[in-house]
Amino acid sequence: MTEITPQIVREHGLSVEEYGRIKQLLNRDPNLVELGVFSVMWSEHCSYKSTRAHLRRLPTKAPWVLQGPGENAGVIDIGDGDVAVFKMESHNHPSFIEPYQGAATGVGGIMRDVFTMGARPVAMMNALRFGAPDHPKTRHLVSGVVSGIGGYGNCMGVPTVGGEVNFHRSYNGNILVNAMCVGLARADKIFKSAAEGAGNPVVYIGSKTGRDGIHGATMASAEFNEDSEEKRPTVQVGDPFTEKLLLEACLELMATDAIIAIQDMGAAGLTSSSAEMGSKGGSGIELDLDRVPQREENMTAYDMMLSESQERMLAVLKPGREGEAERIFKKWELDFAVIGRTTDSGRLIVKHKGQVVADMPVHALSEEAPVYNRPFERRTPAGGTPAYDRARSVLDSLARLMASPDIASRRWVWEQYDNTVMADTVQRPGGDAAVVRVHNTDKALAITTDVTPRYCKADPFEGAKQAVAEAWRNLSAVGATPLAVTDNLNFGNPEKPEIMGEIASAVDGIAEACRVLDFPVVSGNCSLYNETNREAILPTPAIGAVGLLKNVHRMATIAFKREGDAILLIGETKGHLGQSIYLREIEGKEEGAAPPVDLATEKKNGDFIRSLIEAGRADTVHDLSDGGLLVALAEMVLPARIGAAIARLAGSDAIAVLYGEDQARYLVAVREPDADRVLASAKAAGVGATLLGRTGGDKIAIEGAGEIAIAALARAHEGWFPRYMGGTELPLSN
Amino acid sequence: MKSAVVVFPASNCDRDAAVALEQLTGEKPHMAWHADAELPDVDLIVLPGGFAYGDYLRCGAMAAQSRIMRDVKKKADEGVTVLGICNGFQVLTETGLLPGALMRNAQLKFVCKPVGLEVEETQSVFTRKYDKGQRLSFPVAHGDGNYFADEETLDRLEGEGRVVFRYAPGENPNGSARNIAGILSEKRNVLGLMPHPERVCDPMLGGTDGVALFQSLIETLS
Repeated sequence: MTEITPQIVREHGLSVEEYGRIKQLLNRDPNLVELGVFSVMWSEHCSYKSTRAHLRRLPTKAPWVLQGPGENAGVIDIGDGDVAVFKMESHNHPSFIEPYQGAATGVGGIMRDVFTMGARPVAMMNALRFGAPDHPKTRHLVSGVVSGIGGYGNCMGVPTVGGEVNFHRSYNGNILVNAMCVGLARADKIFKSAAEGAGNPVVYIGSKTGRDGIHGATMASAEFNEDSEEKRPTVQVGDPFTEKLLLEACLELMATDAIIAIQDMGAAGLTSSSAEMGSKGGSGIELDLDRVPQREENMTAYDMMLSESQERMLAVLKPGREGEAERIFKKWELDFAVIGRTTDSGRLIVKHKGQVVADMPVHALSEEAPVYNRPFERRTPAGGTPAYDRARSVLDSLARLMASPDIASRRWVWEQYDNTVMADTVQRPGGDAAVVRVHNTDKALAITTDVTPRYCKADPFEGAKQAVAEAWRNLSAVGATPLAVTDNLNFGNPEKPEIMGEIASAVDGIAEACRVLDFPVVSGNCSLYNETNREAILPTPAIGAVGLLKNVHRMATIAFKREGDAILLIGETKGHLGQSIYLREIEGKEEGAAPPVDLATEKKNGDFIRSLIEAGRADTVHDLSDGGLLVALAEMVLPARIGAAIARLAGSDAIAVLYGEDQARYLVAVREPDADRVLASAKAAGVGATLLGRTGGDKIAIEGAGEIAIAALARAHEGWFPRYMGGTELPLSN
Repeated sequence: MKSAVVVFPASNCDRDAAVALEQLTGEKPHMAWHADAELPDVDLIVLPGGFAYGDYLRCGAMAAQSRIMRDVKKKADEGVTVLGICNGFQVLTETGLLPGALMRNAQLKFVCKPVGLEVEETQSVFTRKYDKGQRLSFPVAHGDGNYFADEETLDRLEGEGRVVFRYAPGENPNGSARNIAGILSEKRNVLGLMPHPERVCDPMLGGTDGVALFQSLIETLS
């Protein structure tokens, strides 16, 4: 037997104190298998030991929340007995090391989280952050990640309907790949992971177990350095074909009542699925590893318990239902094996070749995982109004901004994703939120992911508030009632007080925004240690959100639809240029205060927008975010090539007014005869509204600033991504 | 019109095809499993889109060897109408029911977008409700849709009026020879096409240009 030396403990990412605690819980020294199991269960990735104390501050309840955080995914009621099941999860570290497989298995993992709850996945989104465009690895990573997402999602036949792609040098050594999956189920057919009761068969379904991905969870809980690429063998390989079969087979089994509990084998595979199911059900689990379907010969108990081979599930069945389940899995040509049973011992007992190779109290693995109140320092938010050149041409800057890496059209990305399969995609990528119809109904889900990391760096609290507010606004802008949030908190090393301070402030910001907007957090994921050579990423608390359109025929899109419509600006414009895209791209400055978010105004303005759409008075709406008013206007002009003419706006300076990123604002186009009525109802609701101009023509004309042809804007907007990926453009650094 | 949709492991447009058929014919199609020996008596067999058997090998190559395809081939030879969409088109070329092959897209990437098509041939059970030269918009979603055949075969397809759909000028999304998007078998009862007509049968989804294809079939086969 291997002796557990301090070196081995260190290699498992456990501290001296944590090892002492394990010995105390076991009343003896662990063996190597047990040490391996503890190391993954107590890793940051599985235990949330640095963030758990903070995450408790998030609001998680509402009358429509049927399942909050703690299960494989959150569940919300969308009426008529239907529920939406969703979650967002990161696969950052593997995607940097091996972009195609890292991203592909990220997609596969989050889909399993959703269908293990009994839901059919109906939409995918991805929030992606890459390094500076001119960093030598960026193109390769963009190309690999995008094709990996497509390769997996397209084969699954689940539409990938949108997301985000941003570039910033802070991600040079540590990209972010956050995948969100949304599924649909019936409220009375939700499956959970609590393995209640003793003597029930534990069954293994899906792919065989290999040696891939051993220690993936531990890798995801450490910083990167120059040798990170040597960790490539810890990245798993995805098999979307098997996952598609697993999806169909699981849904077929779920249509029976044979399942007591089911859980996917994600990070830390067999270990975490069995420990979590036992812990939640208050039972023990006995596993016989000789019965585990194996891909390779001579696998040790350590290998099998820590393998992260993909496309596997663990389920607890009602006794006597094994045959029925086996028939279904054989039909789909998947492995099926009874590998153990539940007990009343409260222990996870693992046998291999007739020997007990691990015997641990289940609660020690999950409930007794350390919780750290790590020291943190809250940073003073960046402030001030940076100087800028007021004499610059407004419209030259517009052409540059539309071709800048963070604003240019993402068509190159989303055309590689099947976004119309399942024949329910009502709004495709490119709008404020994607809209996916609930099959066979007139209801639809609106889905978005948002965060502006540069705001979060300047002010983690306001920045995180803004991420929630923007998600809420994007859902409102298509006409949906925002319902709930999944959060993916990507940060640096939590052992540094300044990073822990970012986390604490961001959680407070999310909590406040979610409380005021009645927008509970129902699932989420934390990804920490996103650092390379001690450089942390921008704090990136990505927010995924889901809303409901009760009548999909009353929906808005961003495209101008008619010539001669009145263009209205909803919300107040002060000209906040701090941390704006304009400052960064045109003046080369990442400075100033992040735009403040007034949540009461957000709510009032968003409710007003939604009421216009629901009443059929507006079908053209766009939220204002990166690039402010003028970029939003250009984005509304481009899809149908219908131009616009707008008046000079009141305000100190044209640049600040047109490019400032003040929050709680929307552009709306309404039929000319309705304009007065809409302005009057805005006034009555206490909502700021200004008549800005008219749609029409083949250019954008701004009183006092000149005009720019749509064709020139389109070239700028559509051209950057394909030129960049084709290697014909050396972009500006950012 | 009685119809059947063949379901291979990892077909993923089987439901979309079934929904379109049910909406337009008022009758649920029979869903046939790849391991079945025989299809029931139907007027139309649909091979749907997807990634049959994962398509880790050449697309459609595994599906072409499946048990159900023996019966599809037999029925096609007997004159039963067969429609292969996307992966279904790939399966048809691999089975030899249609000539040529579908290679990796010229730009080497998966492509999903609406593309402009032109109806070239209306003398078919699939297209009689369209006008010759009519411009349509169907979505494509594939990585391997680059139609290839030798010059002689291409000349013959054109000469016999078997090129049914072509990508409109400037719209070819995959490098297909002579902008070919869909072709008929010699007996004109088998159609394979890469674009997805079943995804444009509902105004909420960006158009109804696909409806006339199914209506042509209903009119002829009912």
